[in-house]
Amino acid sequence: MFGRLTLEALPLYSAIAAGGAAVTIGGALLVAIAITWLGAWRYLWTDWLTSVDHKRIGIMYIVLALIMLLRGFVDAIMMRAQQAMALNSGGYLPPEHFDQIFSSHGTIMIFFMAMPFMTGLINIIVPLQIGTRDVAFPFLNSLSLWLTAAGAGLVMVSLVIGKFSTAGWTGYPPYSGAEANPGVGVDYWIWAILISGVGSTLSGINFIVTILKRRAPGMTLMRMTPFTWTALCASVLMAFAFPALTVACGLLALDRLFGMHFFTNAHGGNMMNYPNLFWIWGHPEVYILILPAFGVFSEVVATFSKKRLFGYESLVYATAAIAILSFTVWLHHFFTMGSSANVNAFFGITTMIIAVPTGVKVFNWLLTMYRGRIDFHPSMMWTIGFMITFVIGGMTGVLLAIPPADFLMHNTTFLVAHFHNMIIPGVLFGYLAGYMYWFPKVFGFELDRKWGLASFWCWLIGFYLAFMPLYILGFKGMPRRMEQYNDPSWQPYLMVAAFGAFVVLLGIACMVMQLYVSVRDRRKTADITGDPWEGRTLEWATSSPPPAYNFAILPEVRDREPFLDMKERGVAYQRPAAYENIHMPRNSMVGVAMGAFAFALGFAMIWHIWWLVAACGLAMWIAMIARSSDDDSEFMVTAAEVKQTEDARYRALATRTGSRK
Amino acid sequence: MKQAIDKLLRVAPAVGAALFAAACDLRHSAVLDPKGPIALAERDLLRDAFYVMMLVIVPVIVLTLLFAWRYRATNTRAVYTPKWAESARLDAIVWLIPALIVVAVAVLLWRSTHKLDPYREIASSTPPLEVQVVAQDWKWLFIYPEQGIATVNQLAFPNGRPVSLRITSDTVMNSFYVPQLAGQIYAMAGMQTRLQLLADQPGKFVGRNSMYSGGGFSDQHFEVVSLASADFDAWVAKAKQAPGKLDATAYTALAAKSRSNPIAFYSAIEPNMFDSIIAKYTHAHPAPGAAPRR
Repeated sequence: MFGRLTLEALPLYSAIAAGGAAVTIGGALLVAIAITWLGAWRYLWTDWLTSVDHKRIGIMYIVLALIMLLRGFVDAIMMRAQQAMALNSGGYLPPEHFDQIFSSHGTIMIFFMAMPFMTGLINIIVPLQIGTRDVAFPFLNSLSLWLTAAGAGLVMVSLVIGKFSTAGWTGYPPYSGAEANPGVGVDYWIWAILISGVGSTLSGINFIVTILKRRAPGMTLMRMTPFTWTALCASVLMAFAFPALTVACGLLALDRLFGMHFFTNAHGGNMMNYPNLFWIWGHPEVYILILPAFGVFSEVVATFSKKRLFGYESLVYATAAIAILSFTVWLHHFFTMGSSANVNAFFGITTMIIAVPTGVKVFNWLLTMYRGRIDFHPSMMWTIGFMITFVIGGMTGVLLAIPPADFLMHNTTFLVAHFHNMIIPGVLFGYLAGYMYWFPKVFGFELDRKWGLASFWCWLIGFYLAFMPLYILGFKGMPRRMEQYNDPSWQPYLMVAAFGAFVVLLGIACMVMQLYVSVRDRRKTADITGDPWEGRTLEWATSSPPPAYNFAILPEVRDREPFLDMKERGVAYQRPAAYENIHMPRNSMVGVAMGAFAFALGFAMIWHIWWLVAACGLAMWIAMIARSSDDDSEFMVTAAEVKQTEDARYRALATRTGSRK
Repeated sequence: MKQAIDKLLRVAPAVGAALFAAACDLRHSAVLDPKGPIALAERDLLRDAFYVMMLVIVPVIVLTLLFAWRYRATNTRAVYTPKWAESARLDAIVWLIPALIVVAVAVLLWRSTHKLDPYREIASSTPPLEVQVVAQDWKWLFIYPEQGIATVNQLAFPNGRPVSLRITSDTVMNSFYVPQLAGQIYAMAGMQTRLQLLADQPGKFVGRNSMYSGGGFSDQHFEVVSLASADFDAWVAKAKQAPGKLDATAYTALAAKSRSNPIAFYSAIEPNMFDSIIAKYTHAHPAPGAAPRR
C-alpha cells in the first residue's frame, strides 16, 4: 500500500535532523494558521494561486526563491559551523547528515533559489519592457511555476519524511546509483529536479515566443532593452539545455528503478556519460542564471549613472556570443577524467574564449559610468560590488580552465570559492539589484535605502570573509565536502569563513528589516508617477503597480530608450483619445492542480507507491485534456473599465504635477 | 565618514597582521610549495597565468573605484555626457584587450596541456617505478608488481626515480590527489587512468581522495613517502617480512567498507591482481581506457 514508506522514514536518527523536521512542520503550520486567522484562503486562491497574470506569477516565483534562499542559507551556516569545529573530531553533525546538507544546499540554491528568482524577474519585467499585456502562453506560465514549486516541495518534504541525497548537487554515479545508495535520498533529488526541470524548459519556450512575437510596435530586436536581450538568450539556453538534464536524471532514475545499466560500474554501464550529459546542461545553466543578472546590471548602471548605456550593440553581440559558446565548454568540469591532451586543451581554450565577451561587458559597464552622474542607490552598489568581485572570480576561473593547473585545484575548496565567486556577486547580487530596482514598479512604493545599503555591505564583506579563506584552503590541498579533517593549519581559515557566513546572515537580516521598514513607511515612499528613478525603458511608462493589462494603449517605440524618448518628446503621460476593450486570460486552477499531482507523483515514485503513481499520472493527463478543450479561457476588460482605471491614475498624477522630479 | 575612517584605521593593524600571516602560510601551502618537477611545472603555470590576468584585473578594479568616485552625483564639476554611448575606437579596444590576453594564455595552455599530460611518462635515464593504485571504500591499495608487494594507505618510492601510476577503483568514482607532487586524476571502476610523479628529495607528503565517496571520505588520506634509494630497498625488504599475503580472500576482506585504516603491508601478491580488479567490471572484455592510449 505505501511502498517502502514506513514509520522508520521519520528523521529520528539525530536530534538535529528531528529539529529540522520540527521547524519545517512548525513553519508550514504557522503560515497556515496565519492565513486562516486573516481569512485569506479565498483571496489567496482566486487572486494568486490560480492567477495567470505574469506579474503575480513572477511575484510568487520570487517569494518561493526567497523562502528557499533562507533554507539554503541555513544549510550553508550549518556546514560552515561544522567545518569550523571539526578538527580531529566529529563536530556536531554525523557524516550522513553533513552529506545531506551539502547536497541540499547546492540543489536548493541552483534549482529552487536562483532559477525561480530569475524566472520571477523575467516574468514581471520582460512583458512590461517589450510593451505587451502578458506572456505568449499565460496558462503554461502558471504550470511552469507550479511544477517548480512541486520540485521545491519535494526537497522540503525530504526533511521530514526520509532523507535527502548525499551525492552532492551534481549526483555523480556510480555513487548515486542503486548499488551504493539504495535509499530514497537520491530519488528525492532526481524527482525534484525532473519535475522542476520540465517547468524550466516550458518557461524557456514561453519567454522565447513572448519576446519574439509579442513586442510593441516599433520595438525591433535592436531596440530591446539589455535585460530583455539577456532574458531571450537565457530562454534559448533553457529550452536547449534543460532537456539534457532531464535525460541524465531520467536515465539515472531508470538505473535505480529498473536495474538498468546506463551509468553503473559493471554490465556495460559507463559512468563517464553522466558527467558529460549533466554538464552539457550544467555549463549553459551557469549562463542561464548569470545572463539575466548581467541584464539587470546593464539597466541599473545606465539608470543610476543617468546616462545612455555604452556600446549597446557590443553588449548584445557579447550576450549572444556567450550563449552560443556556453555549449562548447562542458568538459572543463572534468579535465581530470583522463581525456587526451588534445581534448582537454580544446575545452580549456573554448572556456577562455568566453572570457572575451564577458570582459567586453565589464568594460561597457565601466564606460557607462564614465562621465555619468552616479547615484549610489543600493542597486548601483550591488552593481559596483559585483564588478569588483566578479573579475576576481573570472580570474580564478581562467586559472581553472588550464588543464594542468586544474589537476592541482580541482575538487578542492579553491573550486568551491571560484564558483561561489561567480554565483554570489554575478548572479545573486544581480537579482538583488533587480529586486531593489523594480520593487517600486511591482508594489507601488520604494524600498528603504539605508537598510538596503546595510544589507549590501554585510553581503559584500561577508562574501570576502567567507570565500577568500576557501581559496587559500584550496592551495593547502583541502578537498571540498569534508565532514572532518586532521590538518590543524586549516582550522583558522575555516573559522574566518564561518564568521563570514554569519556576516552574510546579518545582510539577510538587514533585507528582512528593509522589507519591514519599507512596508511600514509605504505611504511616504509611494511611487505615484510610476517612474521613481527617471527611468528610460517602457516598464516605467505605466503605473506602479501596473494594471492587470499593463498598458491601456500599447506604446509606440521609436528608440532604444523608449520611455526617455517619450519624455523628451513630451508625449509621456499623454492621455489617449479613446480606450478599447482588452482581452485578458482567465485564471485557471489547472496549473496549481497539475503541480499538486506532479508533487504526489514524484513522492509516489520516490517511495515506490505504484498505485499512486498511476493515479497521479492519469489525473495529470485528464487535467491537460480538460484544459486543452476549454475554449472559454479569456475575459474582456471593457473600454469603460479601462477608462475608469486610467482616470484614477491621471487624477493621482495631477496631484503630483509640479512636485514631480 | 571621518568616524568610519578612524574606525577602519584602528582595526587596520590587526587585519594587516592577519593578512601577512596568511600570506606567509600560503607560501608553504601544498600547491604553492611543490616537491617534484610535475607539480612545479603546474604551479609555475598557475603563477604565469595569474600574472597575465592581473594585467586586466587590476585596471578594471581601479577604474571601477575611480569612476564611481569621480562621477558621483554630488561631484558637479565632473564632465557629464548623458548621450555619449558609442565609440568605435573604444569598442575595438574592449574587444581586443581581452582577446589578446586570451590568445596569450591559450598558447600557454595548449603547450602545457600536452607537456603535462598525465599519461606521458617522465623522461628519465632510470626506468619508471610502476605502481598500481586501487581506490576502495575508504582507503587506497598500492600494488608494486616489480617488487611483488602491496601496501595500504602508504605510497613509497625512491626520490629521483619517476613513478608511473596506473589507477582504478573498486568502488564509486574517486580522485587520486597528491598536490605537492602530481595533482590528481579520477579513479573509476572497470577503467584505468594514469598519473606520473617524481620527487626531487626525500620527504613525506599527504595524498587524498578529493572526490566525495561516502561516509568514510573525510578519513581517506594516505601517506606519500619519497625515500633515498637505499632506504627504499630497506622499505621493500621490510614489506617482504609482513605476515599477510594479498590473495583473493585477503583482497575481499580488504575491499569491504572500512574507515581510517592504518598503514598495512602485504609481502606477496597474486599475479595480475590489478587487471582482475578491472576485469571484474568488464567481464573480461578489454576495459575502455585500459589499453595504453598511445
